[in-house]
Amino acid sequence: MTEPYIAITIIWVFLFVYAIAGSIDFGAGFWAMYYTRKDNTEASVIANRYLSPSWEVTNVFLVLLVIALVGFFPGAASYLGTLMILPFSLVLILLTIRGTFMIYAFSSKKYSRMLTIISGTTGLFIPALLVATLPIAIGGFVSMGEGTRDYLLFDRIFTSPTLYTHVGFGLSTELFLSALLLADYSREAKSEQTYLVYRRNALWLGPVTLLFAVAATFTLLPEAGWMVDNMASVWYLFALSLAAFLIGYGALFMKSGRENPGRARLAVIMIVIQFGLASFGYGFSHMPYILYPDLTIQDAFTDPAMFRWLLAGYGAGLAILVPAFVVFWRLFMKDKRYVQAEK
Amino acid sequence: MDEVLLARMLFGSSMAFHIIFATLGVGITLMIFIAEIIRAIKKDDHYGVMAKRWTKGFAILLGVAIPSGTIVGVMLSLLWPGYMEIVGRVIALPFQIEIFAFFLEAVFMSIYVYAADRLTNTMRIISVGLVAMGATASAVLITDAHAWMNTPAGFDVVDGTITNVSPWDAVFNPSVGVTVLHVVSTAYMAGAFVIGSVAAFMLLKKNRSENERSYHKKGLTLALIVGAAMSLYTSVNGHDTAKMLYEYLPVKLAAAEGLFETQDNAPLAIFGIPDPERGEVVGGIEIPGMLSWLASGSTDGVVQGLNDFPREEWPPLFVHTLFNVMVGIGFTLLGLSFAALFWRFVWPRKEFPKWALVPLVAGGPLAMIGIETGWIFSCTGRQPWTIYGVQLTAEAATESGNLGFLFFLFVTLYATLLVLTALVLKFYFGRNPVANDLKKADV
Repeated sequence: MTEPYIAITIIWVFLFVYAIAGSIDFGAGFWAMYYTRKDNTEASVIANRYLSPSWEVTNVFLVLLVIALVGFFPGAASYLGTLMILPFSLVLILLTIRGTFMIYAFSSKKYSRMLTIISGTTGLFIPALLVATLPIAIGGFVSMGEGTRDYLLFDRIFTSPTLYTHVGFGLSTELFLSALLLADYSREAKSEQTYLVYRRNALWLGPVTLLFAVAATFTLLPEAGWMVDNMASVWYLFALSLAAFLIGYGALFMKSGRENPGRARLAVIMIVIQFGLASFGYGFSHMPYILYPDLTIQDAFTDPAMFRWLLAGYGAGLAILVPAFVVFWRLFMKDKRYVQAEK
Repeated sequence: MDEVLLARMLFGSSMAFHIIFATLGVGITLMIFIAEIIRAIKKDDHYGVMAKRWTKGFAILLGVAIPSGTIVGVMLSLLWPGYMEIVGRVIALPFQIEIFAFFLEAVFMSIYVYAADRLTNTMRIISVGLVAMGATASAVLITDAHAWMNTPAGFDVVDGTITNVSPWDAVFNPSVGVTVLHVVSTAYMAGAFVIGSVAAFMLLKKNRSENERSYHKKGLTLALIVGAAMSLYTSVNGHDTAKMLYEYLPVKLAAAEGLFETQDNAPLAIFGIPDPERGEVVGGIEIPGMLSWLASGSTDGVVQGLNDFPREEWPPLFVHTLFNVMVGIGFTLLGLSFAALFWRFVWPRKEFPKWALVPLVAGGPLAMIGIETGWIFSCTGRQPWTIYGVQLTAEAATESGNLGFLFFLFVTLYATLLVLTALVLKFYFGRNPVANDLKKADV
């Protein structure tokens, strides 16, 4: 594997981790809001118990992704930054409102409901907006070489069905993944009633997500003729991904040895694997372009000396952080005193 | 309006907003760490209550610091694509390492806040120590990139392309030492004085129990000790900064001091307005020979003036005022904290009189003004360059347009968040007064 391919694989790993962690984070924020309004306090409390310690860590993954892109592919960071200044600025504003209002809500009980509604709804749209930038990267929506610089053709973007299928995909993924994880977390918290609430959500969101994924792919294809052959060459990744989905979804109906059916942990793991396989297949088909047809990973690649030090840096950084993450996981995902605490 | 100016306004206001929360994040975590240690040594639960309340305040500020830091980080690529292309090739390491410091801070902050009751005393101190370390390390690393912009190193530009990249030479660029120490010591200073302000304000209130007053007095004394030590160090470091500017950034030094003519025995001009027509500072106080002495160690040292440089490479001359405000505040806080500590030391049992508490209340806001003017001075004083001598700000800026609209959106957001954050802090501490926490902790 050449250096740019090693670098883009690392970027893909970061993107994948953030896509999963971010979806769960924003989705949990939405559920926390939804169930406060419904006065299903337990479901809301469990969502918040997951969110409180984790959202800051999740947010760092987003910064990690941006910084990794700047370091490995400075050409891409500057090109995408220029092109996508409006959508990214919008994401930043939503992200800020979401984060600050969530903290405000934790700190002022009196206005907590209103503040939670604001942070829950703004958070809901962030993954949708981020996913919507995917079709832009396949070309077709950028003015190429007309005028002194490239710009986004917003009229074409907004009239294209693929934008809407991607937004739908972003929304349903976020809600599906977070519902699954919270179902699992409810089991850790020994709350079967809350488990059922989140399982019920996962049950209808699973097929909806799959449907949107297929629709997003098919509406994308006419715009991305160049990707189709690549996709066909890794058809097995997509096939395995579908299989993982079926096992994961099926796990929700398996016998669990508890009151209600469903093995939530297995479902979460299989669905994450499913997303991993599908997104790797997608990313692989996207190569060698970061933005078709203007920008390849080779064009945008950093200085080789910098690349080697960055690689060493990520190795050293992870060696320090993995133990910290293990402690974190034990304290907040496993420790019964936290997970099963009374409100 | 000029798009480059708009990009600077948008980025500048984002930085000005973020730096409040980032600086306090560095300063207050150190104070929490110290309070936890004193509590463990003295077995005085007042310090435990302090650590707890400061942590709550810090958690709210961190809730703003994290998204605003994300804004600044992403905005670098949105507004300064030309700059980020060079950054990615030459000075990506501190940004990358900073992420890990940031992770450390976020992970242990959650552990310290949400798992405090499940940790042993030692583990709790280690956790908050790692939070403080993560916060300080982030400041160190980001300042490294800032120092590199002033004294770029670790690469060559041949025919407009970047070659011979040596990432560690970029990291250890000539000004990194003094600049990093300056940013960290002033952040500790600001954190201490802000905490001191709150304590002094509470001591001004009437009808507080003896227990509460004793709590606030301890907090104030601790803040004054840290504030005084950091102010003292900062003044020494300020001198080193002058020497660094003298050697590497003479035009910035000349603009800071409003010095037009190259001369030995150069005077230090305090306040006043530099007038390029007359070639001198109008209306200030001049101390003969002082600038030469500060910059070179001898009154015979020749200091370069602005006239040695082409006019288009001059920074805006108002940086002289920013510089004076920053230095003036630094010395005011130094004097204030030492005077107050002197009082404490000579009359340990005597209360601070009201007239002495009022300036201490002003200490926190003053320190924040010092931080803001210092950062604006440092970035404006580098103009017209983004990377000194390598890349002009105009070459670094985005060509994407629409910046006026974005400026309006972001500034509205910042103004709203400033008001809301202040209100949330007020509501929270209003509903959870010290008395409650002291009662809960049974002290």
